[in-house]
Amino acid sequence: MISEKIPTSVDKFKAISSDNISVQESDDPGDRIVTLNMGPSHPATHGVLRLVLSIDGEVITEVVPHIGYLHTGMEKLGEYMSYHQFIPITDRMDYLAPMLMNLGYILGVEKLLGITDEIPARAQWLRVLYSELMRISSHLIWLGTSAIDLGAMSPIFYALQDREQIMNIFEETCGARLTSTYFRIGGLREDIPDTVIPMIEKFLKDFAIRLDEYQNLVTGNPILINRLKGIGCLSKETALSYCCSGPVLRASGVNYDVRKARPYSGYEKFKFNIPVYQEGDSYARFLVRMDEMRESATIVRQAIDAIPAGPVKIDRTDIILPDKHRTQGNMEELINHFILSCRGFNAPVGEVFSTIESSKGEFGVYLVSTGGEKPYRLRVHSPSFLNLSVLPAISRGSLIADIVAIIGSLDIVLGEIDR
Amino acid sequence: MGLEHQLGDNILTTSLEWAVNWARSNSVWPMTFGLACCAIEMMPIVSPRYDLARFGSEVYRASPRQADLLIVAGRVSRKMAPFVKQVYEQMMSPKWVISMGACASCGGVFRNYAILQGVDKIIPVDVYVPGCPPNPYALMQGIFEIQKKIKGEKFTDHPYE
Repeated sequence: MISEKIPTSVDKFKAISSDNISVQESDDPGDRIVTLNMGPSHPATHGVLRLVLSIDGEVITEVVPHIGYLHTGMEKLGEYMSYHQFIPITDRMDYLAPMLMNLGYILGVEKLLGITDEIPARAQWLRVLYSELMRISSHLIWLGTSAIDLGAMSPIFYALQDREQIMNIFEETCGARLTSTYFRIGGLREDIPDTVIPMIEKFLKDFAIRLDEYQNLVTGNPILINRLKGIGCLSKETALSYCCSGPVLRASGVNYDVRKARPYSGYEKFKFNIPVYQEGDSYARFLVRMDEMRESATIVRQAIDAIPAGPVKIDRTDIILPDKHRTQGNMEELINHFILSCRGFNAPVGEVFSTIESSKGEFGVYLVSTGGEKPYRLRVHSPSFLNLSVLPAISRGSLIADIVAIIGSLDIVLGEIDR
Repeated sequence: MGLEHQLGDNILTTSLEWAVNWARSNSVWPMTFGLACCAIEMMPIVSPRYDLARFGSEVYRASPRQADLLIVAGRVSRKMAPFVKQVYEQMMSPKWVISMGACASCGGVFRNYAILQGVDKIIPVDVYVPGCPPNPYALMQGIFEIQKKIKGEKFTDHPYE
């Protein structure tokens, strides 16, 4: 029946017809392309990323990432909130590493206010300590989820078990597990309780054993190596031209880490290595993150061995909120608390851009202030967005199954891309 | 199930109802539908510490056709809203919905042009779990509430669609 409907003028097509399916093969490769939609609700896209794949058989010819399914309007919210009020919003950008997002934002505000050098040593030290714990936690989630994408079910259970220890540490420190808002403009919300240090000690002890377990369980696994090696090769030139950063860039042979290049928050006082691999494939990105967890653990070890004494907040009543017990006994402090909570502080006129090394790459905040309590413009430089933009370039010519491995190795977070 | 229309409430249908509800409440399969921060707190409930498998809900399904429970974990943007609705409609009846976290329940801290101010504007929600994001224990409590709800249901509550 169907064969009757095929026009006789298209003799070059070879028609294969069954009962109700008609497949036409042509010599023109453009006719063989099938468009396949992936996402936004797909377990392997790490959130709500949508990919439109053009496939020729099993081979991908074109990938178009569609973003914006988690657009939250955070940059616009920043223009309507005082500088203090925006800190909790930054938590919800990269929700795998909220404290690093806090840090990136508050360093920008501190630079705008010109108080970067006045931050107490203890606050800076603790910021490094918690940033590195956060980085380990973020990489653990990446390890578990990307292993699931490759078909390995068990690593996520180990990874989540380790992550729970870090979450316990955060909960003990500031009461929140994930969206902590612990770093504040001018220091920290409060000093760490004494009970936290033994918890971190225990975590480091357990984690050292765990890292070796991951080495045996995951890194050396022949299936994993076959799935990742030579997949999604990103050359040094492409990585630089797409402005990639973080582990993606370091896996392509560029030794660039903001912690070393432009140290912030006292990173210059710590000894650590930057893992760099030359291959640029998914396996190199995998190895960079595995090594980074080890390096972060050494930074945490150095940090807890010598925490300097002193205050954790800058001594500027016009910027930081006063302690709660002081507001309850002192009228002036109460008025100050009221003004800072309702209106915020006045920032000087200026433009600043400050970056940190988040777990995904170079995270930056660009602030334009025309004076007053709110920024005129707040722009976020998102590492995940730039790392995702390289996806079409590196996944062309690979198989459908490989794109899952490539997305996993890029370690994107849609909350930060869409903001 | 069809029987209740012919037989009415009698010992056969009510006992069958009890047995079916018991089976349904102890095999609630959630759908893998992580949207934002809450998804990160949704993942640990299957981890060794929380271990939802004790209550029969550990099997996360990637396809809505195989899932009974939609956990809307995170903020729903206006661009994502049609897809949330579509996923809900693709699920087989009987189905239940948990709105996890402040953003899914009411928009949370994001009161602006981009975020849907509550997922209940587009799909019916059975249980709201407060928190930003809720502790995994809180989400487990939400699943227990769903189980409690299932145990009190009648066949006629879920007509064939």
